[in-house]
Amino acid sequence: MARYVIDVPDLTTDELAALMDTAEDIIARPDDYADACRRKKLATLFFEPSTRTRLSFEAAMYELGGNVLSVTGAGTSSAAKGESVADTAKTVSCYADIIAMRHPKEGAALVAAKAASIPVINAGDGGHCHPTQTLADLLTIRREKGRLDNLTVGLCGDLKFGRTVHSLINAMSRYEGLKFVLISPEELKLPSYVKNDALKKRGIPYEQTTDLEQVIGDLDILYMTRVQRERFFNEEDYLRLRDSYILTPEKLKKARADLSVMHPLPRVNEISVAVDDDPRACYFKQVLNGKYMRMALILMLLNIKGGAQA
Amino acid sequence: MNVDSIRDGIVIDHIAAGNGMKLYRLLGLEELDVPVAMITNVVSAKRGRKDIIKIDADIPVNFDVIGYVDPGATVNIIRGGELKEKKQIGMPERLTNVLFCKNPRCITSCEQEIEHIFRLSDETKKEYRCVWCETKAAEL
Repeated sequence: MARYVIDVPDLTTDELAALMDTAEDIIARPDDYADACRRKKLATLFFEPSTRTRLSFEAAMYELGGNVLSVTGAGTSSAAKGESVADTAKTVSCYADIIAMRHPKEGAALVAAKAASIPVINAGDGGHCHPTQTLADLLTIRREKGRLDNLTVGLCGDLKFGRTVHSLINAMSRYEGLKFVLISPEELKLPSYVKNDALKKRGIPYEQTTDLEQVIGDLDILYMTRVQRERFFNEEDYLRLRDSYILTPEKLKKARADLSVMHPLPRVNEISVAVDDDPRACYFKQVLNGKYMRMALILMLLNIKGGAQA
Repeated sequence: MNVDSIRDGIVIDHIAAGNGMKLYRLLGLEELDVPVAMITNVVSAKRGRKDIIKIDADIPVNFDVIGYVDPGATVNIIRGGELKEKKQIGMPERLTNVLFCKNPRCITSCEQEIEHIFRLSDETKKEYRCVWCETKAAEL
């Protein structure tokens, strides 16, 4: 069994810092990495639809000078014939050097990782984990703020079901001096097990509110997520709350000049398009940072030194 | 009540009263073709009331199941009518194919060959989570 990354806790704090350093070096000196993965192959096994994540992994490998073998959709792979995830992983290990896998079932990536003889990166397993999104988030925060500690981080929207929010809180709870502001409808509050494990046990301060405008002026980071209609039993409640979490230029007037607005995307209507031109909007930078962190992760898992380290 | 001593076998002692039948079922003792005694509600200085299971045969027993159902239980290994070993079980770190993941989105729900493995995530709450999807185990 080779090294794998199923969730962010699979990486130490030092490894996270090293990945971000590598990503920064790639951004500064892309040509130094252009052949780093020459003759290496990434297999992207995507058993459910994805646009951004798959393209990001594939772009990452191409920019490292490597090649990509791709499976998209269970219907076009051996999974349609009933092949197990473990057998698929063993088979692909014979063709590729590293796997990025998305699967609708939770735990599928870990099953693949334990069967494969090459590194496996979880590119999303149902509603469970999506570590490379969190890596993109961490790099974005570090690039925008110059640090990952001593920040007030607001998380807004669906905090109950949003896996990116849970993962980001868990990842950031490693750093000192953080405060979290949890902004959500009562129905979509952060689950108590996340609060207990990531915040209370580590003594990290947090406050909970339903009112974004009341707290927006206190925040260094505002991480928006979508409030999803299907999570409500009552349509009236949904309509009442939905609009209070749409970020508009008007609401941003109350925010600090150095606020960073983030979103894992795709957005629906929770951030007004008019906000895109605001210099505080970082969500498309997040997309780009995701590619650089995936490049750094591929290099780390293949044990390839690029750039000045080569 | 008279239950004979056993010569070569296992005595599971200090089972909290009421847990004996659960253990009997989970250990699959009803399927054994050997003498098994199930004694319930015995007065115990340590636990007030306790259950005891005596198995009069040298058969393999899943200690993880015992530890999960009742970490306070003890296992006495009897050989030649003598106590050969006494084990305090405690809560197992991992359980394999004892608990079954109820999460319909878990990979174990669609791939039958995958073992149902749970890890001890919180000893004070006696909480186990599926290693694949991290869903909390339902009580047995």
